[in-house]
Amino acid sequence: MNEAILSKEAGAKVKTAAKTAKNKKSGARGALEFTMKALFLICGLVAVGFVLIISVYLIVSGIPAIREVGLLEFLGGTDWDPANRSGDPSFGILPMILTSIYGTAGAIVIGVPIGFLMAVFLSKVAPRRLAAVIREVVDLLAGIPSVVYGLVGMIVLLPAIRDLFGLPAGDSLLAAVFVLAIMILPSIISVSETALDAVPREYEEASLALGATELETYFRVSAPAAKSGIAASVVLGVGRAIGEAMAILMVAGNVANMPSLLSSVKFLTTAIAGEMGYADGLHRQALFSIGLVLFLFIMLINAALNLFLKRSKEGQA
Amino acid sequence: MSGNTIIEAKGLELWYGDNHALKGVSLEIPENRITALIGPSGCGKSTFLKTLNRMNDLVPGVRIEGQLLYNGEDIYGPDVDVTRLRKQIGMVFQKANPFPMSIYDNIAYGPRTHGVRSRAKLDDIVERSLRDAAIWDEVKDRLNKSALGLSGGQQQRLCIARALAVEPDVLLMDESTSALDPISTGKIEELALELKNRYTVVMVTHNMQQAVRVSDMTAFFLLGELVEFGDTERLFSHPRDKRTEDYITGRFG
Repeated sequence: MNEAILSKEAGAKVKTAAKTAKNKKSGARGALEFTMKALFLICGLVAVGFVLIISVYLIVSGIPAIREVGLLEFLGGTDWDPANRSGDPSFGILPMILTSIYGTAGAIVIGVPIGFLMAVFLSKVAPRRLAAVIREVVDLLAGIPSVVYGLVGMIVLLPAIRDLFGLPAGDSLLAAVFVLAIMILPSIISVSETALDAVPREYEEASLALGATELETYFRVSAPAAKSGIAASVVLGVGRAIGEAMAILMVAGNVANMPSLLSSVKFLTTAIAGEMGYADGLHRQALFSIGLVLFLFIMLINAALNLFLKRSKEGQA
Repeated sequence: MSGNTIIEAKGLELWYGDNHALKGVSLEIPENRITALIGPSGCGKSTFLKTLNRMNDLVPGVRIEGQLLYNGEDIYGPDVDVTRLRKQIGMVFQKANPFPMSIYDNIAYGPRTHGVRSRAKLDDIVERSLRDAAIWDEVKDRLNKSALGLSGGQQQRLCIARALAVEPDVLLMDESTSALDPISTGKIEELALELKNRYTVVMVTHNMQQAVRVSDMTAFFLLGELVEFGDTERLFSHPRDKRTEDYITGRFG
């Protein structure tokens, strides 16, 4: 009896010892866990930090020029002649704002129908193998550096436009619209396709069973059911197009005219990219202000995108 | 008691790739009756149902032999217009699948697809179809609300109304009550009994009591074969085949 109690006590002691050892071990692991978590947090904060720094920097460096030129004069002025050494520079960016808006709108008008039809084809119509090949190609299209788009546009598109319309040079808003339309295709295709893929098969079966053809089904049932995702793809395309600089710098001609389809134009982005190299003084500050305007556009577009993506998720839930 | 034959299968064979899913099925489905297809899972009853409106065409690798006649015409004939066939032979699925649109647009979808544009005519079709599916009183004040806001049983009756809106002759029901509670199931069974005056109903069911309650004829499938087909009352009281007897007495399946 006594012995039994003793051995029990001994057993308990051993157990306690084992427990302590275990705790120690889990203590070491816990420390590692803690460090890693901290590391992840820091990495996350770095990203947030950069966004904050860029925002603050843009606001701080963008405001002085706007203040000096005057907000209305800056946003509403139609004349951009910042380096006029004869003493009368002007800082109206309306031509560039309109060019960016028209160029983006043009790219959407051309790119969205093509991208949407392509997405329907890939998601619903194409044989699986062909779809896989095309998807690869589309991904490749997304990976081509924008300077290459510009180069091809310069060599192929500009002479074509020049000859077709009998212009002295092909550099134009039209050329930029074409280049942008092709550049936004991959995002429109892949986001729309994902949305179309997520449409429950039951909807399509119901439509087919009512005697609708496959095409009627895709356009009247599948596409409406995927509309939030498709809208998100359009907004994503807008964001891409409005932020693009390099490719259009090479085909737009870069003269700050009020935009028309066949004339040389300057975008918000290309003004910054093209002029920063030689700008100084108020001109330089005005370029930062353009950056701020562009930044506000993109913020707006991102907010819209998040809204659509959220709706698209809720729609499927 | 059997009326005119509306659908007749003669030695129907079907393969999904290498899987021989229907083996020489021959039967005659009478007009204006409810025919129940019963049998354990994977026996081919749903496959048979889906050959009737050619929904199996959508399955890759499907191959069909034998004859399937609808009003004397081969459903798989070379110049059959599948969209017309599916208009005449409507279908209600296992899971209620209303479109993510308003109740009105759900019902109007079929007629619009087949060319009805007049608003007055569509209004008329929507009301008549919803009344026929015994759901009009529940939804008449919310026709422009999303169909996804209805309960499961209501959604299924909406789907029946949607199928009726294109004025079919035959209504196929693929286990259409299996996801519903007993009260909703009862409503749909009542509805089916009502509908057989004007339509021919073919229903797949897992529920043998349901087959007894509503059907006039019953077909028992097993492993792709049609084991026995006959008057429901006779088949359940005096099954001729041992396998039918085993199944309906609950010895397997």
